[in-house]
Amino acid sequence: MTWAFVVIAIAKTIAAFVLLLGVTILLVWFERKVIADMQARIGPNRWGPFGLLQTLADGIKLFFKEGLRPRPADPWTFAIAPVAAMVPSLLAFAVVPFGHEVTIAGHRIFWTLTDLNIGILYFLAMGSLGVYGIVLAGWASGSKYPLLGGVRSSAQMISYEIALGLSIVPVIIASGSLSTVSIVAQQGGSIANVNAFNGIPVLETIAHWFRFLPNWYIWSQWPAFILFMIAGVAETNRAPFDLPEAESELIAGYHTEYSGIRFALFFLGEYVHMVVISAIGVTLWFGGWHGPVFWHGWGDWLWPFVWFMVKVTIFLYTFVWLRATLPRLRYDRLMWLGWKRLLPAALTWIVVTAVVNTPDIPRYYRFGVFGILFLMVIAWIGRGDPRLREAVVPQRHLGPRPITTSRGLDS
Amino acid sequence: MAGGVVQFVFAVTFVMALGCSIAMLFAPNAVHVALFLVGAQIALAVAFLLEGAQFDAIMQIIVYAGAIMVLFLFVIMLLGVDRREALVEPLRFQRSLAAGLGLLLAAALVYVGYRSVNLVVGGAGSGAIEAINRSPGNTQGIARVLFGTYELPFEATSVLLVVAIVGVMVLARRISGAQAREAARAEQEAAGREEEAA
Repeated sequence: MTWAFVVIAIAKTIAAFVLLLGVTILLVWFERKVIADMQARIGPNRWGPFGLLQTLADGIKLFFKEGLRPRPADPWTFAIAPVAAMVPSLLAFAVVPFGHEVTIAGHRIFWTLTDLNIGILYFLAMGSLGVYGIVLAGWASGSKYPLLGGVRSSAQMISYEIALGLSIVPVIIASGSLSTVSIVAQQGGSIANVNAFNGIPVLETIAHWFRFLPNWYIWSQWPAFILFMIAGVAETNRAPFDLPEAESELIAGYHTEYSGIRFALFFLGEYVHMVVISAIGVTLWFGGWHGPVFWHGWGDWLWPFVWFMVKVTIFLYTFVWLRATLPRLRYDRLMWLGWKRLLPAALTWIVVTAVVNTPDIPRYYRFGVFGILFLMVIAWIGRGDPRLREAVVPQRHLGPRPITTSRGLDS
Repeated sequence: MAGGVVQFVFAVTFVMALGCSIAMLFAPNAVHVALFLVGAQIALAVAFLLEGAQFDAIMQIIVYAGAIMVLFLFVIMLLGVDRREALVEPLRFQRSLAAGLGLLLAAALVYVGYRSVNLVVGGAGSGAIEAINRSPGNTQGIARVLFGTYELPFEATSVLLVVAIVGVMVLARRISGAQAREAARAEQEAAGREEEAA
């Protein structure tokens, strides 16, 4: 270990931190602008060009606001909770490769904070620690709405963490590695070289036609990606899974009693979490920093970073789009979806991927066949379920319905 | 320089783990107890990481700090057990028995530490982790040991956990079998009366 190593490590840490916070602050503005556009409004347009500085203005305002603490609150836990909500999301970014490499003064510097050989597990570990901020905030506020929000959110995050973890497992099986850097490295090149499609007559031909497409895991692992996306939205407590902070019933959920800079930390934490989930999705399924290089020479090192940011931005747009489009789920339906649909689906797809990736299986049985099997299993699981029919067939009556029935909660 | 940094971080985790454990014993509030336990577990995870046992470190966080302790907090919040209660001992010899078994466990741990007995690969001390890590890697090495050499104890442990869960479900049932039969009979009688009335 030399001093150059230490300097590089510190510089990379600061760079990643600044990048993450910069993207997060821009994301807040981006979300307000996009939603405004979808609702035929203008959105923030006062501070800076296109209202770009609005988030900074809001941040400064929150910073100077008085931080209230209710009397029945537990002082230490109340103070720790916002930090506990924010820090794990920031830490999780350490394993994301946000670019390829750059050579400065003879040192090859990789654009990732650290290439852990357990990178994906590290991301999951940080996600599981993220629950604490919300649970503790709910409990420490000493007030009933935050408590209800905290209980809801802990149940939700525990349930969806399982689906999130299991949706990542098939990619790990297919790539044979837990390191984010090597998973990205495997996704370089053209789809014609995809291992999964080799030797299957029809799929091989199709892959050859589309050989301009990159070799990303989305082609063979799309069911896992769908599960990841659903679980990821639930994990960040975003609409339509934003029950912990359902305004109409819980005021602001777990952060009802928070104000000033502590509220800002919660707010920022949620957006950082969104960015990190997007970055992990890009890393695992969309080739990370891979992308076409339009000219060589000057700026070669910048292309990977640009492509990474473009992909993350598309992910973030999807998050915002979902929020503007979908109504909030009811609590029992949320649990039903997580435990009785996502979990069996993820387990089924893990089995399928494991079978397909066993070397001795004839290659005819690769992903096309197993994808159909997967859909059949899903259809079988959901057969005759009244709630599934309700979701598909428009409801005839829009009058008041009982909020909970014994079937709704127990089954 | 590297050795100094590692020793410093190890000292920090040592102080943190010990401090959190002691604070856990004396904290009056159930939620604070849970939080101190989480602190101790995270300190242990960092210590694992320093020793080169990356998979263990991450599992310590995912399973203990991330899943089990969150479940504890969930139960504490949902049932509101952060009040003073359960100071009456339901089992009479519990304390003395626990103290005795605890001493036995401590003695065993001291013995293992003193003789640097290695339970996994058979090497001594830190050589064992290096042997696991050498090829092809920490995670694969653990998998090989867990699902190869020690598969039977590993599966037996999981069966033990299932047995424990079934036991908890039996113990946690609100009504006993006799009470259930009585309730069913009362219900039948009530239904009979309704029919007569009709």
